[in-house]
Amino acid sequence: MKAYGKVFKYGDNVDTDVIIPARYLNSSDPAELATHCMEDIDKTFIQKVQKGDIIVAEKNFGCGSSREHAPIAIKAAGVSCVIAETFARIFYRNAINIGLPIIECPEASKGIEAGDQVEVDFDSGMIYNRTKGTEFKGQAFPEFMQKIIKAEGLINYINGK
Amino acid sequence: MGMTMTQKILAAAAGLPYVEAGQLIEADLDLVLGNDITSPVAIHEMDKFTKDGVFHKDKIALVMDHFIPNKDIKSAEHCKCVRQFAAKHDITNYFDVGQMGIEHALLPESGLTVAGDVIIGADSHTCTYGALGAFSTGVGSTDMAAGMATGKAWFKVPSAIKFNLIGKPSKWVSGKDVILHIIGMIGVDGALYRSMEFVGEGVENLTMDDRFTIANMAIEAGGKNGIFPVDDLAIAYMKEHSNREFKIFEADEDAVYDEEYTIDLSQLKPTIAFPHLPENTKTMDEITEDVVIDQAVIGSCTNGRIDDLRCAAKILEGRKVKKGVRCIVIPATQKIYLQAMEEGLLKIFIEAGAVVSTPTCGPCLGGYMGILAEGERCISTTNRNFVGRMGHVKSEVYLASPAVAAASAVTGKISTPDELGL
Repeated sequence: MKAYGKVFKYGDNVDTDVIIPARYLNSSDPAELATHCMEDIDKTFIQKVQKGDIIVAEKNFGCGSSREHAPIAIKAAGVSCVIAETFARIFYRNAINIGLPIIECPEASKGIEAGDQVEVDFDSGMIYNRTKGTEFKGQAFPEFMQKIIKAEGLINYINGK
Repeated sequence: MGMTMTQKILAAAAGLPYVEAGQLIEADLDLVLGNDITSPVAIHEMDKFTKDGVFHKDKIALVMDHFIPNKDIKSAEHCKCVRQFAAKHDITNYFDVGQMGIEHALLPESGLTVAGDVIIGADSHTCTYGALGAFSTGVGSTDMAAGMATGKAWFKVPSAIKFNLIGKPSKWVSGKDVILHIIGMIGVDGALYRSMEFVGEGVENLTMDDRFTIANMAIEAGGKNGIFPVDDLAIAYMKEHSNREFKIFEADEDAVYDEEYTIDLSQLKPTIAFPHLPENTKTMDEITEDVVIDQAVIGSCTNGRIDDLRCAAKILEGRKVKKGVRCIVIPATQKIYLQAMEEGLLKIFIEAGAVVSTPTCGPCLGGYMGILAEGERCISTTNRNFVGRMGHVKSEVYLASPAVAAASAVTGKISTPDELGL
């Protein structure tokens, strides 16, 4: 499995309130949530993002509220992968549980800029910056989490047990 | 190598004699929690299960608290979805208008959380119950769905940071100042993936409400959970509120901690977190210019308990909220509301010019009941001051204790009670 797309770059501590503000949490419809994705940190994100694009951020991405609406909105906006130096733990669980690919890689976070074309190989954990011609090794998931991802989410994994 | 409090609870819940940091385990759950925002997503996920039903109708708590009484049609539809689910599965602990309160104040008060429990909740502040010596942590809606269906959850056993508390807090310093001080010290990701264990002789100088406030904000340091040892005060609280049996787990003498800090509570000062992160803390003496406010919020799962309201009332009694400032007081549960009424606190608030709301998370997350306009500032006893958290992206939230919020409501700028001669 691979992802390829243009990068949207953000800094430290991108919280779930700016990923999907609570004023929109009276909906749980992924398509509707997607229309407000990143609205309070980057108003133009939703107009610019294209299917397959990649979000790269620095430390503690997805901190704050446990709202699963955050990874749901990102996935429904067409984002194929989120790369960060570190993720907040609830966001990390939620992303795996709903099948949004995420990778922790401090080097990639530093070596990738907004607008770069990036390819991610989920099997090898390799991240290629095609614009700059550089590559990074992301942290592989433990086997248990790989099983959840391969089952395309926690519920399918439990159903299959 | 010994185990921490958290590791011991998780080992017992996983049926293992020993666990160590980094180990992946599957643990039995004592309680699965959801609210009106997160439960509808979980209920939708439940439809994907091949097996119908919930694992235990008494071990699920569904609390309608974020946008209720419903603020709009969509919120009403969400609550309707949860109400129907609760009825279909005969969920014992479903809390709607009239019984509800803010979940993390309501559940301990209702006796549903006790020492030794393993609790997951689709709300990040689920870590609150660590005040009673439980392992409790926030998860998302899919984890909640899996928990409701199977009664189990997977965890990576966390390592821990030890906070050795000594001394006694001075007047007007409360649990909120302790946790804001700690977050300011270690940062919003300072405890990422880890437990925060609060121990030491200073714990006995903290009320249960102080401890709930401290454990509640472990998530604001990125923590997986915050936990206190179970002492006589915690036992008395559980005996008063619950008829469930509790189990006390103590850290081993040789438990290993990633980091250890000693915090002298007597040295702490009223602490305020400036926009837009809870780690941007300053003590009052570090604030050199007036920070004029438009609104003061006293409430939330962090600071809407009776101690908090009593503290605010002490300051507001016989005083007036400054003209031009909106002061909103939100008792966290119906029981606290009633207690505040019986103690005459509501009268004090209303005579001071504050409004008193039905229990709700409301303004804390920018839901309703006190949304900020562009450029407005709020001093708030809530837990987050992120961009746009309480309203407009160009509004500002300053986090503080009930004492500071109440004093600021009177002066119209960020102040401590000392400035009022208290």
